[in-house]
Amino acid sequence: MRLTVAILLAVLAAVVTGPATGGAAGEVVIYSARHYGQEPAFDEFTKKTGIQIKTLNGDAGQIFERLRAEGDKTPADLLLTVDAGNLWNAARAGLLAPVNSAELARNVPAHLRDPEGRWAGLTMRARTIVYNSRKVNPGELSTYEALGDPKWKGRLCLRTSGYIYNQSLLATLIRRHGEPRTEEIVRGWVANQPTLINGDTKIIEAIAAGQCDVGLVNSYYLARLLKKDPAMPVALFWANQQTTGTHVNVSGAGVTAHAKNRANAVRLLEYLSGLEAQQMFADVSLEFPVNPKAEVNAIVKAWGPFKQDDLNVAAAGEFQAAATRLADRAGYK
Amino acid sequence: MLASWRHPAREVWQHLWQTQLWELLGNTLLLAAGVGAGTLVVGAGLAWLVVAYDFPGRRVFEWALVLPLAMPAYVIGFAFLAMFDFAGPVQTALRRLAGPDVRLPDLRSGWGVVLMMTLVFYPYVFVLARVAFREHGRAALEVARSLGHSPRRAFLTVILPLARPSLAAGAALAMMEALADFGTVSTFGYRTLTEAVYRVWTGMFDRAAATQVASLLLVLVLAVLGLERALRGRRRFTRAARAAELSRLSLRGWHAAAASAACGVVLALAFVLPVAELIGWALELPAAERARRGFGGLVASTFVLAAASALLVGTLALVLAYARRLRPSRVASGAAQFASMGYALPGAVIAVGVLAPVAWVDRALAAAAEVTLGHRLDLVLTGSAAAVLFAYAVRFLAVGYQTTETALARIPPSLDEAARSLGVTLRGALRRVHLPLMRGGILSSLTLIWVETIKELPATLLLRPFGLKTLAIEVWERTSESLWAEAALPALAIVGVGLVPLLLGARLDRGRR
Repeated sequence: MRLTVAILLAVLAAVVTGPATGGAAGEVVIYSARHYGQEPAFDEFTKKTGIQIKTLNGDAGQIFERLRAEGDKTPADLLLTVDAGNLWNAARAGLLAPVNSAELARNVPAHLRDPEGRWAGLTMRARTIVYNSRKVNPGELSTYEALGDPKWKGRLCLRTSGYIYNQSLLATLIRRHGEPRTEEIVRGWVANQPTLINGDTKIIEAIAAGQCDVGLVNSYYLARLLKKDPAMPVALFWANQQTTGTHVNVSGAGVTAHAKNRANAVRLLEYLSGLEAQQMFADVSLEFPVNPKAEVNAIVKAWGPFKQDDLNVAAAGEFQAAATRLADRAGYK
Repeated sequence: MLASWRHPAREVWQHLWQTQLWELLGNTLLLAAGVGAGTLVVGAGLAWLVVAYDFPGRRVFEWALVLPLAMPAYVIGFAFLAMFDFAGPVQTALRRLAGPDVRLPDLRSGWGVVLMMTLVFYPYVFVLARVAFREHGRAALEVARSLGHSPRRAFLTVILPLARPSLAAGAALAMMEALADFGTVSTFGYRTLTEAVYRVWTGMFDRAAATQVASLLLVLVLAVLGLERALRGRRRFTRAARAAELSRLSLRGWHAAAASAACGVVLALAFVLPVAELIGWALELPAAERARRGFGGLVASTFVLAAASALLVGTLALVLAYARRLRPSRVASGAAQFASMGYALPGAVIAVGVLAPVAWVDRALAAAAEVTLGHRLDLVLTGSAAAVLFAYAVRFLAVGYQTTETALARIPPSLDEAARSLGVTLRGALRRVHLPLMRGGILSSLTLIWVETIKELPATLLLRPFGLKTLAIEVWERTSESLWAEAALPALAIVGVGLVPLLLGARLDRGRR
């Protein structure tokens, strides 16, 4: 009897909370694996267009599975996620449909979007070297490769190789230098017995406290900490300026293959790449806007202009599996 | 999951074999063994203290020692790292006092992970042991004493063996939870099979291979369950009707102080310290910001989901356990064991495993409706509360089953026969004989499922409908961006909602006696 009641309750709950309903006019449904910093731009879009935005947040790998399982019945119109590798993977699986938009092409530099138009980067982040400004002279720093120099033995803090932004960095290195050379680079890091700390923020704090002297992090984490405590003795160094340029990654979005509100989704994508939304991204999350017309935040501006690696960020996905294997082979945990 | 084996990912296996399979297996076994031993010692030890002795603070400790259960393991992990890491206040102060080269042992290691999980998972053993000690306690202790044994010897030689099924069940739950954990091991950079599952999944974009790696975990679970059965032994331990209250031995002097200190230290480490850290983080947020973030809605939806899950899974567990008692066949016990395995698998694997069949049925339904009714139908099940509850049932049945079954096993079969010979129907026997005697066990079962549901993340995240959000999701959204100040309040709310059944249970418990 109680079982029957429980099942009835469950069914009732399902009906009350309701299944996802797409298709109503004037809305756009987003599956999102990016959970921070886009809300002001979304609100502004709704205010301007009257189009309501419905978001379901989730983990990138899982959202991908849900989108795939739902197939042509999916309520999602737009997939928003961090890391170019995730976007590449969704496009490869046929979950995203190409968008042919002159505006998008104008707003987003070519290397930060899919050559076939299935996704576009909306914010950019650099993964580069940070150092303790009291203990390290920036003249000692140069490239990612050079962190394998024995002088950094015991002074290096890294995240584990399982971390997606590290995988993407290694993937780009593989695209640039090939596997054997990249493996040499990684073995160099490993030989320096890096302290592995899971959390970019934690790495920066460890450097500030003197546990290690140099590390690799995403730029916005340092910007957020500097915003709270400008006196923090950690500074940013642009890696590989004399060579290939600093590795960059994106968070971005693509319209789903079975979008019910395709026109609205395209419109939102264009709006998000436009000057107004880009400015909000830059100021809220302290990332780099992809649109060159938007201004970076003052904290980020202080780091000066830099040369970025102009490889298409899709490489992050293409070589990601190879990067994961390579890290395992090289003993980078 | 088995379907994933249709295309064995030979390359991935070969790669794992060449690079790290042994390390992963070793780490995983070490973790499970460490957590098993740790929770047994801490859980059973503390339970015996609060049941058999009287000492300052015992009344509070008796229920307060269950509290750490309400704390998600990765939250306590973060709190410990923040406090004891190189850059944390403790080590910074140490360096200032004792010189720049002073270090504490690194928490990011096997023993650190075992310590964290022991602190959060010992209540499983504690809760089950407390019930068992109470029920067996008095008679056993008196017999032992009349034979001239000291209380300590009585504990070791009589009571501990009698409580073996409960202890084994508790430790098995703790070990399964440790096997399934991803949050803590990834925070601490400790590589286990579960961690490898995620690495293969996200790093190689190969979910099928990841699922295959996860099935290695199943083998370990079978080992854990086998161990549990072996620990339980062949003997059946039942008790005569309702046991009389144990007369407590009053501790004095340093004995009393030591007992209070043991309870106090565990409680401080496992509960007070992380909660204090969370409150500290919450205070970092400006007051206006704190007030703006109303999360009454989150608390309400978490509450409803937890209640529905406890009711559903608790009932299922009872049905399974009772079926096994009525017809103790191989099939029934096999089904029960099989159903319990979900608990030791990484939550995300379960979530995706549930998603596939649900979405398939859903799409078939929609297609059928289009043909018969002639109009388009959206997906009804995928992304619904029903799918979420289904996943909870898959994941948490073990918790309900283990606790219910051990409670049922303590009731002598002679009672069943007596009831039947008096012409009582099966249902009547369940209602009038078993349920009243199992009250303690059912209460713990519901409590544990409740608490697990509140902490659950991956299945809720993946299968939920639009607009349904829980506290755990709110915490995850913030912590995945390292925004601890913003995550602290909802994390405290999780602890708060988790406390509800714990405190309620403690009250009912006291009312009964």
